[in-house]
Amino acid sequence: MEIDVRKVAMLSRIRLTDEEAAEFGPQLSSIIGYVEQLAAINTDGVPPTAHPHDVAMPQRADVVTNSNRRDALQTPAPNTESGLYVVPKVID
Amino acid sequence: MSWEVVIGLEVHCQINTNTKAFCGCSTEFGAEPNTQTCPVCLGMPGQLPVLNTVAVDKTILTGLAINATINLESKFDRKNYFYPDLPKGYQISQFAVPIVEHGYLDIPNKDGDEKRIGITRIHMEEDAGKSMHEGLDAVSHIDLNRSGVPLMEIVSEPDMRSADEAIAYLKQLHQLIRFLGVSGADMEKGQFRCDANVSVRRPGEPFGTRTEMKNMNSFRFIKQAIDFEVVRQIEIIEDGGAVVQESRLWDSVKNESRSMRSKEEAHDYRYFPEPDLPPLRVSQQQVDAIRAGMPELPGQLRQRFEAEYGLSSYDADVLTQTLELAAWYESLVAAHPVDPKRCANWMANELLGRLNEAGSDLSESPVSAKRLAELLDRIEDSSISGNAAKTVLDAMMESADSADAIIAAKGLKQVSDTGAIDAIILAVMEANPAQVEGYRGGKDKLMGFFVGQVMKASRGTANPGLVNQRLVELLKG
Repeated sequence: MEIDVRKVAMLSRIRLTDEEAAEFGPQLSSIIGYVEQLAAINTDGVPPTAHPHDVAMPQRADVVTNSNRRDALQTPAPNTESGLYVVPKVID
Repeated sequence: MSWEVVIGLEVHCQINTNTKAFCGCSTEFGAEPNTQTCPVCLGMPGQLPVLNTVAVDKTILTGLAINATINLESKFDRKNYFYPDLPKGYQISQFAVPIVEHGYLDIPNKDGDEKRIGITRIHMEEDAGKSMHEGLDAVSHIDLNRSGVPLMEIVSEPDMRSADEAIAYLKQLHQLIRFLGVSGADMEKGQFRCDANVSVRRPGEPFGTRTEMKNMNSFRFIKQAIDFEVVRQIEIIEDGGAVVQESRLWDSVKNESRSMRSKEEAHDYRYFPEPDLPPLRVSQQQVDAIRAGMPELPGQLRQRFEAEYGLSSYDADVLTQTLELAAWYESLVAAHPVDPKRCANWMANELLGRLNEAGSDLSESPVSAKRLAELLDRIEDSSISGNAAKTVLDAMMESADSADAIIAAKGLKQVSDTGAIDAIILAVMEANPAQVEGYRGGKDKLMGFFVGQVMKASRGTANPGLVNQRLVELLKG
């Protein structure tokens, strides 16, 4: 299966050189090819599943448990102002 | 040849929970930026989401109210896209198997009939944060308090054929959501926002290419945006062009929409099952329990008001617009059970009219249902006339005094004493001999003149029924 490495890289916001794109394309294709072996298995009568463990989802009571830890949580942010994260301009 | 408009709507509705969908952060509106966040809703590595059980219950309740199927097993998926207000780089949503499917709402159509609008699905998802661009040059500001707040996305079938039908559906849905108490649905706060998919076609032909108008939060803008889009598409096609499938943004200042094509290009969401969340399973007993606790829905309430209280369909409609209105009305009737129609008139026309003029709503009413009932009791026992009662209500809006105190202070107590009324009538007759003669000569219409004069002379306190009766008698001569 042919992979559009440039598109995948764009969607993931990863910058690739031409050499890297040429190198990773075949690698990704071979990974997909490996997984595609699964398509050969007969799954008639097997219900589809999205999760490997047969467990139901645990749920949480609707009670506030977190307090304001803004200062600590914003420590890793490169730039903040008046409590807001500052990012390069984005607009629709 | 005419064009047919085809509209499908997606409504994002904030579920009113205390905490976010997958973490214990508060959802309270208006907090200082980024003070209601934690490693989970900030997308920090190694954190695991845990679903809010109230969000599940409220989505199920909504599903039951639109007569939908509740999927006892549903799943969460990751919807991947890149935007700074989405710190994880994906939104947790339900794509493949939503919790609610195959419902409908019946909306009134213009023939006074009903039209059924299909609801394809309701799925749970989390909201993104808020980006701010205004007044900023090279940067944007991000507040992640909203990141992770639980939403229901309610997706309709493309069943609406005009902007008016779309608005009727939205209003009905909005009212239902408020009745169920599953969302504040405050449109100004973005708790109820709408995307409209619009296309046009010749009747009988397959659907045309649609465009999507994104993120509108006022009924007026939604109608304007749909009307604008219909005209734009018809012009394109009639000029020999083709509509391009795209997302568009409504500009409510310029009254026009513009393409968001730049963003469209990047829309490849690469959905896949959310590995951090096992399937969501709910039991039939849980669904049944939620169904048993379902409040009376607007349509049922309207019918009950007509049947139980003898209200006109108009009054029943007005008084069931919100649960608060309906509850207020019922407490008024409980306090003045003798005449539910009088209760409806005085509440809908007089009280709400005054509140409306003052720019306030029922929750701020200075007159409680109990106080209004005391005033209505005085009309019932003929202590005051309806007209005088309006004057009393005016005064009650301004003071905490009881109706009786105001009636006494203003001397508005209705005069039902025959002797006193006769005295006024005789004085009026004496002052207007020509009219008396005219009436006796056959001009029956002059009766209105005499009633007016007597009421005026009594400052509105004379019992109008008695005035009429005594006038007929005394004018005979």
